[in-house]
Amino acid sequence: MKEVDEAVQEILTEIFSTALVASALRLGTPLILATVGEIYAQRSGVLNLGVEGMMIVGALVGFIGVNITGNPWMGILLAALCGGAMSLIHAFLSITTRSDQVISGFALSIFGIGVTSYIGKKWIGMAAEAGFYPIYIRGLSDLPIVGPILFSQNVLVYLAFFIVAVSSWILFKTRIGLIIRAVGENPEAADILGVNVYLTRYLCVFFGGIMAGIAGAYLSLAYTRQWVELMTAGRGWIAIALVIFGMWNPVWSFAGSLFFGVIDSFQLRLQAVGIGIPYNLLMMMPYVLTILALSSISTTALAKKIGAPTALLTPYVRGEKT
Amino acid sequence: MVTSGVNPLMAYGKLFLGAFGSRFGLIETVVKATPLMLAGLGVALAFRCSFFNIGAEGQLYMGAFAATWAAYAFSELDAAFLLPFMLLLGFLGGGFWGMIPGVLKVKLRVNEIITTLMMNYIAILWVTHMLVGPWMYEGFPWSPIITEAARLPNLAGSRLHVGIFFALIAAVLIYLMLMKTRLGYEIRVVGANIKAARYAGISIFKTIIPAVIISGGLAGIAGMVQVSAIHYRIMPGLSPGYGYTAVVVALLGKLHPIGVIASSIFFGGLLVGADMMQRAVGIPVALVNIIESLVLLLIVAGEFLIRYRVSFERGG
Repeated sequence: MKEVDEAVQEILTEIFSTALVASALRLGTPLILATVGEIYAQRSGVLNLGVEGMMIVGALVGFIGVNITGNPWMGILLAALCGGAMSLIHAFLSITTRSDQVISGFALSIFGIGVTSYIGKKWIGMAAEAGFYPIYIRGLSDLPIVGPILFSQNVLVYLAFFIVAVSSWILFKTRIGLIIRAVGENPEAADILGVNVYLTRYLCVFFGGIMAGIAGAYLSLAYTRQWVELMTAGRGWIAIALVIFGMWNPVWSFAGSLFFGVIDSFQLRLQAVGIGIPYNLLMMMPYVLTILALSSISTTALAKKIGAPTALLTPYVRGEKT
Repeated sequence: MVTSGVNPLMAYGKLFLGAFGSRFGLIETVVKATPLMLAGLGVALAFRCSFFNIGAEGQLYMGAFAATWAAYAFSELDAAFLLPFMLLLGFLGGGFWGMIPGVLKVKLRVNEIITTLMMNYIAILWVTHMLVGPWMYEGFPWSPIITEAARLPNLAGSRLHVGIFFALIAAVLIYLMLMKTRLGYEIRVVGANIKAARYAGISIFKTIIPAVIISGGLAGIAGMVQVSAIHYRIMPGLSPGYGYTAVVVALLGKLHPIGVIASSIFFGGLLVGADMMQRAVGIPVALVNIIESLVLLLIVAGEFLIRYRVSFERGG
């Protein structure tokens, strides 16, 4: 029995280590990048269900970009542009032609998956020419506990911290944020006050596409440094769930994405130590958790009457009073 | 296609001829249209009451799983008992998988788009788990072959099978239900205006839950049919995304059962044609996904054009 206890002890320490938290941050980063963008789109009143498609396109374009230019930042830039370009299709359909946002976004997700498996075939199995590697900061990286967790990440993780802080500040403390929220809550009133509702929505959706593209490139350039078909594995949809889970607030969503990162790296670690739970059942954890998280937040949101931006999914028609 | 260095016209010609140009092509088109029609009818029904069920893929797999289980557990039964039982379990498997997001939506207002999608991933992982674990057969990730009694009869000595009749009957039944029954009426009212439905005293729960169970159940039958008439086992790739195509099928069919019949044959032909095209001119099947998404975008944009024309005429 004593040996069994020791074995269990060993497994537990292996799982609950600083490495778990460090990899949780790495796994949470693509989620929060995509989520922040989607928060802006939804805050302005547009639901973008194309995140999954924009992410997977970003992953492939980033990968190809790096292998052509040799510069990881060029990969990120190209991924951002492609994600942004796709989001403009969605913006045009949902804002200008006032079409069904659910179908348009869903179509873009299918499109992204199809187009990347079509183009991506010949890039499968190759390693990225360059990528984002964990950085080493003399002194700080060697610190116990916080060293491996906070000071040995790749630069995009720090970028994500920065973006969460700035996007949250803009959304809640600046005039721009006020305008975005007004457009999502009451576009008529915002229009009367001289806000360009259409432009605001376009920019917010575009920003969402850019962030989704970057989130995808993170996967192929920083997380795995290779291209794998369907490598986003539903992270785009989880990002949309995190928007709701974080109640349309970047900081809360960041907490949510870290939680998902912990669960994800927890199940990866359980797989690694071979605890006896089948691999495929462990892989279910993020998806099950998404449903549970949404269910729990919906209950609280119902009780506290916190909800989606009022004008979400409602196209704005200028000058039409109903 | 231009980037593949292939004459696009020739490629499309192969696509069309492949699907509709021969007896073999036509039969394959119907074979592929069968699961699309079943799952597409389900999706259309759910969309009719504004429940965005994009979980047909998972519901299909759970239906296939339940039906396969029945085929193993009651393998000594005669076909006359076993097949209806598999059909029922296929329906229940898919229906159960559809019911969960339904209850979450009605009781807790959880967004069904996300939950149905997450349920797809979970269902596929569950089936994969069975295939690399308890049901693994001869070292391959697929289940053992089902017995003769568990197989749906084929027609005309080809791959064509009676599943197409299930799909057509389902289309008629869904049509009658939507147009002639109280539940169908309530589904349409809830879909048109949920607030008005509430004021009219319609129970949202009693409307949406049966709708999503039937919706998922039809996808589950699609899974049962794929096991019982095509593959004779459950395996990865049992559905090459039929559940997602079903969403496009339902929308292109304007959420109407007759429309779904037509659009499922269209997409069945597209799948067959793309297969042939791949063999003939080397264009991968992933192209079907792209075409599907373009069809969706055209549907979405097309609605705007129709609206625009109407308002233009009114203005003139």
